[in-house]
Amino acid sequence: MNNILTVTQLTKKFGHITAVDTLSFSIKKGNVYGILGPNGSGKSTTLGMILNVVNPTSGGFSWFDGTHNTHQALKRVGAIIERPNFYPYMTAAQNLRLVSRIKEVPKSKIDEKLALVDLLARKNDKFKTFSLGMKQRLAIASALLNDPEILILDEPTNGLDPQGIAKVRNIIKKIAAQGTTILLASHLLDEVEKVCSHVLVLQKGKQIYFGKVTALTTDHGYFELNATNVDALQKALSSITAIEHIEVDGHYILAYPNTPLDIAELSKSLADNGIVLTHLAQKYKSLEDQFLTLTQNQQA
Amino acid sequence: MKRLFLIEFDKLRANRSSRILIGAYFILLTSIALIAAIKFDIGPIKFHLAEQGIFNFPYIWHFNAFIGAWFKIFLAVVIVSMTANEYSNKTLKQNLIDGLSKREFLHSKWLMIFALAAISTLFIFVVSLILGLIYSNYTEVSIILKDFEYLLAYFIKHIAFFGFCLFLGTAIKRSAFALGFLGVWQMFEGICYGLLKWKSPEWLDAEQVFRLFPLNAMGNLIHEPFSRLSAVRNLANQVEIDLLKNTSVQFWDIIIVLVWSFIFYSLTYRLLKRRDL
Repeated sequence: MNNILTVTQLTKKFGHITAVDTLSFSIKKGNVYGILGPNGSGKSTTLGMILNVVNPTSGGFSWFDGTHNTHQALKRVGAIIERPNFYPYMTAAQNLRLVSRIKEVPKSKIDEKLALVDLLARKNDKFKTFSLGMKQRLAIASALLNDPEILILDEPTNGLDPQGIAKVRNIIKKIAAQGTTILLASHLLDEVEKVCSHVLVLQKGKQIYFGKVTALTTDHGYFELNATNVDALQKALSSITAIEHIEVDGHYILAYPNTPLDIAELSKSLADNGIVLTHLAQKYKSLEDQFLTLTQNQQA
Repeated sequence: MKRLFLIEFDKLRANRSSRILIGAYFILLTSIALIAAIKFDIGPIKFHLAEQGIFNFPYIWHFNAFIGAWFKIFLAVVIVSMTANEYSNKTLKQNLIDGLSKREFLHSKWLMIFALAAISTLFIFVVSLILGLIYSNYTEVSIILKDFEYLLAYFIKHIAFFGFCLFLGTAIKRSAFALGFLGVWQMFEGICYGLLKWKSPEWLDAEQVFRLFPLNAMGNLIHEPFSRLSAVRNLANQVEIDLLKNTSVQFWDIIIVLVWSFIFYSLTYRLLKRRDL
Protein backbone atom coordinates (compact mmCIF):
# COMPACT_ATOMS: atom_id res chain seq x y z
CA MET A 1 0.00 0.00 0.00
CA ASN A 2 2.02 2.90 -1.29
CA ASN A 3 -0.62 5.32 -2.45
CA ILE A 4 -1.81 7.45 0.41
CA LEU A 5 -3.99 9.72 -1.70
CA THR A 6 -5.05 9.62 -5.32
CA VAL A 7 -6.77 12.65 -6.79
CA THR A 8 -8.47 12.39 -10.17
CA GLN A 9 -9.90 15.27 -12.17
CA LEU A 10 -10.86 17.09 -9.00
CA THR A 11 -12.85 20.25 -9.74
CA LYS A 12 -14.56 22.87 -7.61
CA LYS A 13 -16.64 25.72 -8.94
CA PHE A 14 -17.99 28.59 -6.87
CA GLY A 15 -20.65 30.06 -9.11
CA HIS A 16 -18.93 30.84 -12.39
CA ILE A 17 -15.46 30.87 -10.84
CA THR A 18 -13.48 27.66 -11.14
CA ALA A 19 -11.41 27.55 -7.97
CA VAL A 20 -9.89 24.15 -8.66
CA ASP A 21 -9.68 22.90 -12.21
CA THR A 22 -9.32 19.15 -12.99
CA LEU A 23 -6.45 18.37 -10.64
CA SER A 24 -4.90 14.93 -10.81
CA PHE A 25 -2.01 13.76 -8.70
CA SER A 26 -1.10 11.06 -6.26
CA ILE A 27 0.71 11.09 -2.97
CA LYS A 28 3.01 8.25 -2.10
CA LYS A 29 4.21 7.13 1.26
CA GLY A 30 7.34 8.69 2.71
CA ASN A 31 7.66 11.79 0.54
CA VAL A 32 7.23 15.39 1.52
CA TYR A 33 4.96 17.25 -0.86
CA GLY A 34 4.50 20.95 -1.27
CA ILE A 35 1.55 22.69 -2.84
CA LEU A 36 2.73 25.98 -4.24
CA GLY A 37 0.70 28.80 -5.60
CA PRO A 38 -0.07 32.45 -5.06
CA ASN A 39 -2.97 33.47 -2.81
CA GLY A 40 -6.26 32.42 -4.33
CA SER A 41 -4.78 29.72 -6.53
CA GLY A 42 -6.94 27.00 -5.00
CA LYS A 43 -4.60 25.47 -2.44
CA SER A 44 -6.95 25.65 0.52
CA THR A 45 -9.96 24.59 -1.56
CA THR A 46 -8.06 21.52 -2.74
CA LEU A 47 -7.15 20.61 0.82
CA GLY A 48 -10.71 21.37 1.94
CA MET A 49 -12.04 18.84 -0.55
CA ILE A 50 -9.72 16.00 0.39
CA LEU A 51 -10.49 16.75 4.06
CA ASN A 52 -14.26 16.39 3.70
CA VAL A 53 -15.24 20.00 4.38
CA VAL A 54 -15.71 21.24 0.80
CA ASN A 55 -17.89 19.30 -1.63
CA PRO A 56 -16.21 18.70 -5.00
CA THR A 57 -18.17 19.85 -8.06
CA SER A 58 -16.82 16.95 -10.08
CA GLY A 59 -13.99 14.46 -10.04
CA GLY A 60 -12.91 12.67 -6.93
CA PHE A 61 -10.21 11.35 -4.69
CA SER A 62 -9.53 8.23 -2.71
CA TRP A 63 -7.58 7.71 0.46
CA PHE A 64 -5.35 4.69 1.05
CA ASP A 65 -6.19 3.08 -2.32
CA GLY A 66 -9.89 3.39 -1.61
CA THR A 67 -9.85 0.93 1.28
CA HIS A 68 -11.47 3.44 3.63
CA ASN A 69 -14.23 5.97 3.19
CA THR A 70 -13.20 9.57 3.69
CA HIS A 71 -14.09 10.09 7.32
CA GLN A 72 -12.59 6.75 8.36
CA ALA A 73 -9.43 7.63 6.44
CA LEU A 74 -9.21 11.04 8.10
CA LYS A 75 -8.73 9.33 11.46
CA ARG A 76 -5.34 8.25 10.10
CA VAL A 77 -4.53 11.73 8.84
CA GLY A 78 -3.36 14.76 10.75
CA ALA A 79 -4.33 18.12 9.36
CA ILE A 80 -4.01 21.78 10.20
CA ILE A 81 -5.96 24.13 8.00
CA GLU A 82 -5.42 27.89 8.15
CA ARG A 83 -6.07 29.14 11.66
CA PRO A 84 -6.21 26.70 14.56
CA ASN A 85 -9.81 25.82 15.44
CA PHE A 86 -10.51 24.69 18.97
CA TYR A 87 -13.14 25.21 21.64
CA PRO A 88 -12.05 28.46 23.29
CA TYR A 89 -13.60 27.59 26.64
CA MET A 90 -11.82 24.25 26.90
CA THR A 91 -8.27 23.75 28.17
CA ALA A 92 -5.55 22.39 25.89
CA ALA A 93 -5.91 18.95 27.46
CA GLN A 94 -9.73 18.97 27.17
CA ASN A 95 -9.51 19.94 23.51
CA LEU A 96 -7.08 17.15 22.80
CA ARG A 97 -9.23 14.68 24.70
CA LEU A 98 -12.12 15.56 22.43
CA VAL A 99 -9.91 15.00 19.39
CA SER A 100 -8.76 11.68 20.83
CA ARG A 101 -12.40 10.62 21.12
CA ILE A 102 -13.10 11.60 17.53
CA LYS A 103 -9.98 9.92 16.20
CA GLU A 104 -10.39 6.96 18.57
CA VAL A 105 -6.87 7.07 19.93
CA PRO A 106 -5.83 6.43 23.54
CA LYS A 107 -5.78 9.41 25.90
CA SER A 108 -2.23 8.53 26.93
CA LYS A 109 -1.02 10.23 23.74
CA ILE A 110 -2.17 13.65 24.94
CA ASP A 111 0.71 14.43 27.30
CA GLU A 112 3.24 12.96 24.91
CA LYS A 113 2.19 15.26 22.07
CA LEU A 114 1.83 18.31 24.31
CA ALA A 115 5.41 17.73 25.42
CA LEU A 116 6.54 17.49 21.79
CA VAL A 117 5.27 21.00 21.08
CA ASP A 118 6.37 22.47 24.44
CA LEU A 119 2.88 22.98 25.83
CA LEU A 120 2.81 20.48 28.66
CA ALA A 121 3.15 23.23 31.25
CA ARG A 122 0.07 24.97 29.84
CA LYS A 123 -2.12 21.89 29.45
CA ASN A 124 -4.71 23.04 31.95
CA ASP A 125 -5.03 26.56 30.60
CA LYS A 126 -7.95 27.52 28.40
CA PHE A 127 -7.36 27.73 24.67
CA LYS A 128 -8.58 31.32 24.55
CA THR A 129 -5.67 32.42 26.76
CA PHE A 130 -3.08 31.14 24.25
CA SER A 131 -0.97 33.28 21.93
CA LEU A 132 -1.17 32.61 18.20
CA GLY A 133 2.11 30.67 18.28
CA MET A 134 0.85 28.48 21.11
CA LYS A 135 -2.45 27.92 19.31
CA GLN A 136 -0.58 26.84 16.21
CA ARG A 137 1.57 24.46 18.25
CA LEU A 138 -1.52 23.01 19.92
CA ALA A 139 -2.92 22.45 16.44
CA ILE A 140 0.23 20.53 15.55
CA ALA A 141 -0.03 18.45 18.73
CA SER A 142 -3.66 17.72 17.85
CA ALA A 143 -2.76 16.73 14.29
CA LEU A 144 -0.06 14.38 15.58
CA LEU A 145 -2.26 12.80 18.24
CA ASN A 146 -2.98 9.74 16.12
CA ASP A 147 0.61 9.36 14.86
CA PRO A 148 -0.77 10.09 11.39
CA GLU A 149 0.39 8.41 8.23
CA ILE A 150 0.20 11.75 6.51
CA LEU A 151 0.37 15.22 7.94
CA ILE A 152 -1.40 17.99 6.01
CA LEU A 153 -0.43 21.57 6.75
CA ASP A 154 -1.95 24.67 5.22
CA GLU A 155 0.21 27.77 5.69
CA PRO A 156 1.44 26.58 9.09
CA THR A 157 3.65 29.61 9.68
CA ASN A 158 1.17 32.26 8.58
CA GLY A 159 1.05 35.18 10.97
CA LEU A 160 3.70 33.84 13.34
CA ASP A 161 6.66 35.83 14.59
CA PRO A 162 10.18 34.70 13.56
CA GLN A 163 10.64 32.58 16.70
CA GLY A 164 7.25 30.99 16.15
CA ILE A 165 8.11 30.26 12.51
CA ALA A 166 11.40 28.68 13.54
CA LYS A 167 9.68 26.54 16.18
CA VAL A 168 7.01 25.30 13.79
CA ARG A 169 9.60 24.59 11.07
CA ASN A 170 11.72 22.61 13.48
CA ILE A 171 8.75 20.51 14.47
CA ILE A 172 7.93 19.86 10.80
CA LYS A 173 11.52 18.87 10.09
CA LYS A 174 11.52 16.52 13.07
CA ILE A 175 8.34 14.86 11.81
CA ALA A 176 9.63 14.61 8.24
CA ALA A 177 12.81 13.01 9.55
CA GLN A 178 10.71 10.26 11.14
CA GLY A 179 9.47 9.31 7.69
CA THR A 180 5.96 10.70 7.99
CA THR A 181 4.45 11.72 4.66
CA ILE A 182 3.76 15.44 4.61
CA LEU A 183 1.62 17.62 2.38
CA LEU A 184 2.44 21.26 2.89
CA ALA A 185 0.59 24.12 1.25
CA SER A 186 2.34 27.43 1.26
CA HIS A 187 2.98 30.52 -0.75
CA LEU A 188 6.36 30.86 0.93
CA LEU A 189 8.72 29.32 -1.58
CA ASP A 190 11.75 28.97 0.61
CA GLU A 191 9.62 27.08 3.10
CA VAL A 192 8.69 24.55 0.45
CA GLU A 193 12.21 24.40 -0.97
CA LYS A 194 13.65 23.66 2.46
CA VAL A 195 11.45 20.71 3.35
CA CYS A 196 9.76 19.27 0.26
CA SER A 197 10.87 16.56 -2.09
CA HIS A 198 7.92 16.91 -4.48
CA VAL A 199 5.89 19.88 -5.47
CA LEU A 200 2.50 20.63 -6.99
CA VAL A 201 2.30 24.07 -8.53
CA LEU A 202 -1.12 25.66 -8.91
CA GLN A 203 -2.18 28.75 -10.71
CA LYS A 204 -5.78 29.91 -10.85
CA GLY A 205 -6.86 26.44 -9.88
CA LYS A 206 -4.91 24.73 -12.65
CA GLN A 207 -2.10 22.30 -12.09
CA ILE A 208 0.95 23.65 -13.91
CA TYR A 209 3.59 21.34 -12.47
CA PHE A 210 3.67 18.16 -10.45
CA GLY A 211 6.89 16.31 -9.76
CA LYS A 212 10.17 16.37 -7.94
CA VAL A 213 11.49 19.67 -6.66
CA THR A 214 14.93 18.76 -8.02
CA ALA A 215 13.52 18.26 -11.50
CA LEU A 216 12.04 21.71 -11.29
CA THR A 217 15.13 23.46 -9.99
CA THR A 218 17.95 21.52 -11.62
CA ASP A 219 18.29 22.52 -15.15
CA HIS A 220 21.90 22.86 -16.15
CA GLY A 221 22.31 25.91 -14.03
CA TYR A 222 24.10 28.94 -15.39
CA PHE A 223 27.46 30.64 -15.12
CA GLU A 224 28.16 34.07 -13.78
CA LEU A 225 31.34 35.54 -15.28
CA ASN A 226 33.44 38.62 -15.51
CA ALA A 227 36.75 39.31 -17.18
CA THR A 228 39.25 42.08 -17.77
CA ASN A 229 38.02 42.32 -21.33
CA VAL A 230 34.26 41.97 -21.39
CA ASP A 231 33.80 42.16 -25.17
CA ALA A 232 36.36 39.41 -25.74
CA LEU A 233 34.64 37.33 -23.09
CA GLN A 234 31.27 37.66 -24.80
CA LYS A 235 32.76 36.74 -28.16
CA ALA A 236 34.53 33.73 -26.69
CA LEU A 237 31.39 32.52 -24.92
CA SER A 238 29.28 32.71 -28.05
CA SER A 239 31.78 30.49 -29.82
CA ILE A 240 31.25 27.69 -27.29
CA THR A 241 28.52 25.41 -28.70
CA ALA A 242 27.23 24.26 -25.28
CA ILE A 243 26.30 27.84 -24.39
CA GLU A 244 22.77 28.59 -25.54
CA HIS A 245 22.55 32.26 -24.83
CA ILE A 246 24.29 35.09 -23.03
CA GLU A 247 22.86 37.83 -20.91
CA VAL A 248 24.33 40.91 -19.31
CA ASP A 249 23.16 41.36 -15.75
CA GLY A 250 24.70 44.37 -14.07
CA HIS A 251 28.41 43.74 -13.61
CA TYR A 252 28.27 40.15 -14.72
CA ILE A 253 27.79 38.19 -17.88
CA LEU A 254 25.36 35.31 -17.48
CA ALA A 255 25.87 32.29 -19.73
CA TYR A 256 23.19 29.61 -20.02
CA PRO A 257 24.32 26.15 -21.25
CA ASN A 258 21.84 23.78 -22.89
CA THR A 259 23.84 20.65 -21.98
CA PRO A 260 25.76 19.86 -18.81
CA LEU A 261 28.93 21.89 -18.87
CA ASP A 262 31.79 21.38 -16.46
CA ILE A 263 33.00 24.58 -14.81
CA ALA A 264 36.67 23.54 -15.12
CA GLU A 265 36.21 22.86 -18.82
CA LEU A 266 34.63 26.26 -19.36
CA SER A 267 37.42 27.99 -17.47
CA LYS A 268 40.05 26.13 -19.50
CA SER A 269 38.51 26.87 -22.86
CA LEU A 270 38.18 30.54 -22.02
CA ALA A 271 41.81 30.67 -20.86
CA ASP A 272 42.76 29.02 -24.14
CA ASN A 273 41.06 31.95 -25.86
CA GLY A 274 43.23 34.31 -23.88
CA ILE A 275 40.49 35.52 -21.55
CA VAL A 276 41.52 36.48 -18.02
CA LEU A 277 38.56 35.82 -15.75
CA THR A 278 38.00 37.99 -12.73
CA HIS A 279 34.88 36.10 -11.67
CA LEU A 280 33.41 32.69 -12.41
CA ALA A 281 30.61 30.96 -10.55
CA GLN A 282 28.15 28.20 -11.39
CA LYS A 283 24.65 28.94 -10.17
CA TYR A 284 21.26 27.29 -10.10
CA LYS A 285 17.93 29.02 -10.21
CA SER A 286 16.11 29.12 -6.92
CA LEU A 287 12.66 27.62 -6.64
CA GLU A 288 11.36 31.16 -6.51
CA ASP A 289 12.85 32.00 -9.93
CA GLN A 290 11.60 28.71 -11.33
CA PHE A 291 8.19 29.35 -9.94
CA LEU A 292 8.02 32.83 -11.43
CA THR A 293 9.20 31.53 -14.82
CA LEU A 294 6.62 28.78 -14.68
CA THR A 295 3.73 31.03 -13.77
CA GLN A 296 4.78 33.66 -16.30
CA ASN A 297 4.97 31.06 -19.07
CA GLN A 298 1.43 30.07 -18.25
CA GLN A 299 0.20 33.63 -18.41
CA ALA A 300 1.92 34.34 -21.72
CA MET B 1 -23.04 5.54 20.03
CA LYS B 2 -21.29 5.93 23.37
CA ARG B 3 -18.44 7.64 21.53
CA LEU B 4 -20.78 10.14 19.85
CA PHE B 5 -22.57 10.85 23.12
CA LEU B 6 -19.31 11.43 24.98
CA ILE B 7 -18.06 13.77 22.25
CA GLU B 8 -21.08 16.03 22.71
CA PHE B 9 -21.07 15.58 26.48
CA ASP B 10 -17.45 16.78 26.64
CA LYS B 11 -18.35 19.89 24.66
CA LEU B 12 -21.31 20.66 26.88
CA ARG B 13 -19.65 19.90 30.19
CA ALA B 14 -16.72 22.24 29.60
CA ASN B 15 -18.99 25.17 28.72
CA ARG B 16 -19.71 27.26 31.77
CA SER B 17 -22.76 29.13 30.48
CA SER B 18 -24.36 25.88 29.35
CA ARG B 19 -23.77 24.36 32.77
CA ILE B 20 -25.36 27.38 34.45
CA LEU B 21 -28.39 27.37 32.14
CA ILE B 22 -28.96 23.64 32.56
CA GLY B 23 -28.60 24.01 36.32
CA ALA B 24 -31.09 26.90 36.35
CA TYR B 25 -33.49 24.85 34.25
CA PHE B 26 -33.61 21.98 36.69
CA ILE B 27 -33.92 24.31 39.65
CA LEU B 28 -36.92 25.96 37.95
CA LEU B 29 -38.46 22.56 37.22
CA THR B 30 -38.18 21.73 40.88
CA SER B 31 -39.75 25.07 41.73
CA ILE B 32 -43.09 23.70 40.52
CA ALA B 33 -43.20 22.30 44.02
CA LEU B 34 -43.34 25.85 45.32
CA ILE B 35 -46.86 26.17 43.92
CA ALA B 36 -47.78 24.07 46.89
CA ALA B 37 -46.79 26.93 49.11
CA ILE B 38 -49.35 29.34 47.60
CA LYS B 39 -51.77 30.11 50.37
CA PHE B 40 -54.14 32.99 50.97
CA ASP B 41 -55.61 33.50 54.33
CA ILE B 42 -57.68 36.66 54.26
CA GLY B 43 -60.22 36.49 57.07
CA PRO B 44 -63.09 34.33 55.86
CA ILE B 45 -61.40 33.42 52.56
CA LYS B 46 -58.98 30.60 53.08
CA PHE B 47 -57.26 29.37 49.93
CA HIS B 48 -54.52 26.81 49.67
CA LEU B 49 -53.66 26.04 46.05
CA ALA B 50 -52.20 22.62 46.81
CA GLU B 51 -55.57 21.59 48.24
CA GLN B 52 -57.55 22.59 45.16
CA GLY B 53 -56.81 19.24 43.60
CA ILE B 54 -53.97 20.28 41.29
CA PHE B 55 -51.69 17.72 42.90
CA ASN B 56 -54.18 14.90 42.73
CA PHE B 57 -53.23 11.76 40.81
CA PRO B 58 -53.61 11.40 37.86
CA TYR B 59 -54.32 15.08 37.17
CA ILE B 60 -50.85 16.05 38.43
CA TRP B 61 -49.21 14.39 35.42
CA HIS B 62 -51.13 16.67 33.12
CA PHE B 63 -50.65 19.79 35.25
CA ASN B 64 -46.90 19.39 35.80
CA ALA B 65 -46.21 18.36 32.19
CA PHE B 66 -47.94 21.53 31.05
CA ILE B 67 -46.19 23.85 33.52
CA GLY B 68 -42.78 22.16 33.19
CA ALA B 69 -42.78 22.59 29.41
CA TRP B 70 -42.65 26.38 29.79
CA PHE B 71 -39.07 26.19 31.01
CA LYS B 72 -37.73 24.39 27.97
CA ILE B 73 -36.60 27.69 26.47
CA PHE B 74 -33.57 27.48 28.79
CA LEU B 75 -32.42 24.27 27.16
CA ALA B 76 -33.30 25.72 23.76
CA VAL B 77 -30.78 28.52 24.37
CA VAL B 78 -28.14 25.91 25.24
CA ILE B 79 -28.81 23.86 22.11
CA VAL B 80 -28.94 26.84 19.76
CA SER B 81 -25.77 28.42 21.14
CA MET B 82 -23.83 25.14 21.23
CA THR B 83 -24.73 24.59 17.57
CA ALA B 84 -24.10 28.15 16.40
CA ASN B 85 -20.76 28.16 18.22
CA GLU B 86 -19.63 25.15 16.21
CA TYR B 87 -19.82 27.45 13.20
CA SER B 88 -18.41 30.62 14.73
CA ASN B 89 -15.48 28.78 16.34
CA LYS B 90 -15.08 26.73 13.15
CA THR B 91 -14.95 23.64 15.33
CA LEU B 92 -17.44 21.84 13.09
CA LYS B 93 -14.84 22.11 10.34
CA GLN B 94 -12.16 20.83 12.70
CA ASN B 95 -14.37 17.94 13.86
CA LEU B 96 -14.87 16.85 10.26
CA ILE B 97 -11.16 17.15 9.48
CA ASP B 98 -10.39 15.08 12.56
CA GLY B 99 -12.50 12.27 11.14
CA LEU B 100 -16.07 12.76 12.33
CA SER B 101 -18.57 12.26 9.51
CA LYS B 102 -21.34 14.80 9.02
CA ARG B 103 -23.87 12.14 9.96
CA GLU B 104 -21.94 11.36 13.15
CA PHE B 105 -21.78 15.05 14.01
CA LEU B 106 -25.55 15.34 13.66
CA HIS B 107 -26.13 12.15 15.65
CA SER B 108 -23.95 13.36 18.50
CA LYS B 109 -26.13 16.48 18.69
CA TRP B 110 -29.34 14.45 18.51
CA LEU B 111 -28.14 12.09 21.23
CA MET B 112 -27.78 15.14 23.44
CA ILE B 113 -31.33 16.19 22.53
CA PHE B 114 -32.63 12.76 23.51
CA ALA B 115 -30.62 12.81 26.73
CA LEU B 116 -31.87 16.29 27.74
CA ALA B 117 -35.48 15.44 26.91
CA ALA B 118 -35.22 12.13 28.79
CA ILE B 119 -33.65 13.68 31.88
CA SER B 120 -36.23 16.44 31.86
CA THR B 121 -39.06 13.90 31.60
CA LEU B 122 -37.57 11.83 34.39
CA PHE B 123 -37.29 14.96 36.50
CA ILE B 124 -40.92 15.92 35.96
CA PHE B 125 -41.88 12.35 36.80
CA VAL B 126 -39.99 12.36 40.09
CA VAL B 127 -41.14 15.85 41.13
CA SER B 128 -44.77 15.01 40.32
CA LEU B 129 -44.58 11.67 42.08
CA ILE B 130 -43.25 13.23 45.26
CA LEU B 131 -45.73 16.13 45.20
CA GLY B 132 -48.55 13.72 44.45
CA LEU B 133 -47.62 11.38 47.25
CA ILE B 134 -47.63 14.31 49.66
CA TYR B 135 -50.77 16.16 48.51
CA SER B 136 -52.91 13.81 46.42
CA ASN B 137 -56.24 12.68 47.83
CA TYR B 138 -55.79 9.34 46.08
CA THR B 139 -52.57 7.34 46.23
CA GLU B 140 -53.73 3.97 44.95
CA VAL B 141 -51.23 2.51 42.48
CA SER B 142 -53.89 2.07 39.80
CA ILE B 143 -54.72 5.79 39.93
CA ILE B 144 -51.08 6.88 40.06
CA LEU B 145 -50.35 4.89 36.92
CA LYS B 146 -53.20 6.52 34.99
CA ASP B 147 -52.66 9.28 32.40
CA PHE B 148 -48.99 8.48 31.82
CA GLU B 149 -49.47 9.58 28.20
CA TYR B 150 -48.84 13.14 29.37
CA LEU B 151 -45.26 12.17 30.19
CA LEU B 152 -44.88 10.57 26.77
CA ALA B 153 -46.28 13.73 25.18
CA TYR B 154 -43.90 15.80 27.29
CA PHE B 155 -40.93 13.78 26.07
CA ILE B 156 -41.93 13.96 22.40
CA LYS B 157 -42.73 17.65 22.65
CA HIS B 158 -39.23 18.35 23.94
CA ILE B 159 -37.56 16.18 21.29
CA ALA B 160 -39.37 18.05 18.52
CA PHE B 161 -38.74 21.47 20.01
CA PHE B 162 -35.02 20.82 20.52
CA GLY B 163 -34.82 19.37 17.01
CA PHE B 164 -36.31 22.61 15.71
CA CYS B 165 -33.73 24.59 17.72
CA LEU B 166 -30.88 22.47 16.38
CA PHE B 167 -32.12 23.07 12.85
CA LEU B 168 -32.38 26.82 13.42
CA GLY B 169 -28.91 26.96 15.00
CA THR B 170 -27.48 25.13 12.01
CA ALA B 171 -29.39 27.12 9.42
CA ILE B 172 -28.81 30.59 10.88
CA LYS B 173 -25.40 30.00 12.51
CA ARG B 174 -25.89 32.87 14.98
CA SER B 175 -27.51 32.00 18.28
CA ALA B 176 -29.23 35.34 18.89
CA PHE B 177 -30.73 35.42 15.40
CA ALA B 178 -31.80 31.80 15.61
CA LEU B 179 -33.64 32.42 18.88
CA GLY B 180 -35.14 35.58 17.42
CA PHE B 181 -36.33 33.58 14.45
CA LEU B 182 -38.02 31.15 16.83
CA GLY B 183 -40.06 34.06 18.16
CA VAL B 184 -40.80 35.30 14.65
CA TRP B 185 -41.90 31.82 13.66
CA GLN B 186 -44.30 31.71 16.59
CA MET B 187 -45.84 34.98 15.37
CA PHE B 188 -45.88 33.69 11.80
CA GLU B 189 -47.95 30.70 12.92
CA GLY B 190 -50.35 33.04 14.70
CA ILE B 191 -50.74 35.23 11.62
CA CYS B 192 -51.27 32.18 9.43
CA TYR B 193 -53.99 31.00 11.79
CA GLY B 194 -55.69 34.37 11.60
CA LEU B 195 -55.52 34.38 7.82
CA LEU B 196 -56.80 30.82 7.63
CA LYS B 197 -59.75 31.64 9.85
CA TRP B 198 -60.52 34.75 7.86
CA LYS B 199 -59.94 33.75 4.27
CA SER B 200 -59.91 29.98 3.98
CA PRO B 201 -62.46 28.51 1.55
CA GLU B 202 -65.32 26.51 2.96
CA TRP B 203 -63.96 23.10 2.08
CA LEU B 204 -60.84 23.84 4.14
CA ASP B 205 -61.05 23.41 7.89
CA ALA B 206 -58.78 26.13 9.32
CA GLU B 207 -58.42 24.32 12.65
CA GLN B 208 -57.26 21.13 10.98
CA VAL B 209 -54.72 22.95 8.80
CA PHE B 210 -53.42 24.90 11.76
CA ARG B 211 -53.01 21.63 13.61
CA LEU B 212 -50.19 20.78 11.18
CA PHE B 213 -48.01 23.81 12.06
CA PRO B 214 -44.96 22.68 14.07
CA LEU B 215 -45.10 24.89 17.15
CA ASN B 216 -48.89 24.66 17.34
CA ALA B 217 -48.69 20.89 17.00
CA MET B 218 -46.19 20.75 19.84
CA GLY B 219 -48.54 22.92 21.92
CA ASN B 220 -51.49 20.67 21.11
CA LEU B 221 -49.74 17.68 22.64
CA ILE B 222 -50.44 18.95 26.13
CA HIS B 223 -53.53 21.20 26.30
CA GLU B 224 -53.98 23.58 29.18
CA PRO B 225 -55.03 21.64 32.27
CA PHE B 226 -56.91 24.41 34.07
CA SER B 227 -60.36 23.80 32.62
CA ARG B 228 -60.22 20.33 34.18
CA LEU B 229 -60.03 21.76 37.69
CA SER B 230 -63.33 21.42 39.51
CA ALA B 231 -63.06 24.94 40.91
CA VAL B 232 -62.70 26.36 37.39
CA ARG B 233 -65.55 24.18 36.10
CA ASN B 234 -67.85 25.37 38.82
CA LEU B 235 -67.05 28.95 38.01
CA ALA B 236 -67.58 28.33 34.29
CA ASN B 237 -70.94 26.71 34.96
CA GLN B 238 -72.05 29.73 36.91
CA VAL B 239 -71.31 32.06 34.00
CA GLU B 240 -72.63 29.46 31.55
CA ILE B 241 -69.49 28.80 29.53
CA ASP B 242 -69.10 25.30 28.20
CA LEU B 243 -65.61 24.06 28.95
CA LEU B 244 -66.17 20.46 28.04
CA LYS B 245 -63.42 20.22 25.49
CA ASN B 246 -61.12 17.27 25.12
CA THR B 247 -57.82 17.89 26.88
CA SER B 248 -56.32 14.44 26.50
CA VAL B 249 -53.29 13.62 24.33
CA GLN B 250 -54.39 12.95 20.76
CA PHE B 251 -52.79 10.20 18.71
CA TRP B 252 -52.63 12.33 15.55
CA ASP B 253 -50.91 15.17 17.34
CA ILE B 254 -48.17 12.75 18.38
CA ILE B 255 -47.79 11.60 14.78
CA ILE B 256 -47.66 15.19 13.46
CA VAL B 257 -44.97 16.14 15.97
CA LEU B 258 -42.93 13.02 15.26
CA VAL B 259 -43.07 13.79 11.54
CA TRP B 260 -41.85 17.33 12.24
CA SER B 261 -38.98 15.92 14.33
CA PHE B 262 -37.97 13.78 11.40
CA ILE B 263 -38.25 16.74 9.02
CA PHE B 264 -35.99 18.86 11.26
CA TYR B 265 -33.47 16.03 11.46
CA SER B 266 -33.43 15.58 7.68
CA LEU B 267 -33.25 19.28 6.88
CA THR B 268 -30.37 19.73 9.29
CA TYR B 269 -28.50 16.86 7.67
CA ARG B 270 -29.11 18.30 4.22
CA LEU B 271 -27.70 21.65 5.31
CA LEU B 272 -24.63 20.03 6.82
CA LYS B 273 -24.07 17.93 3.76
CA ARG B 274 -24.45 20.66 1.18
CA ARG B 275 -22.59 23.47 2.83
CA ASP B 276 -18.93 24.10 2.18
CA LEU B 277 -17.03 25.07 5.28
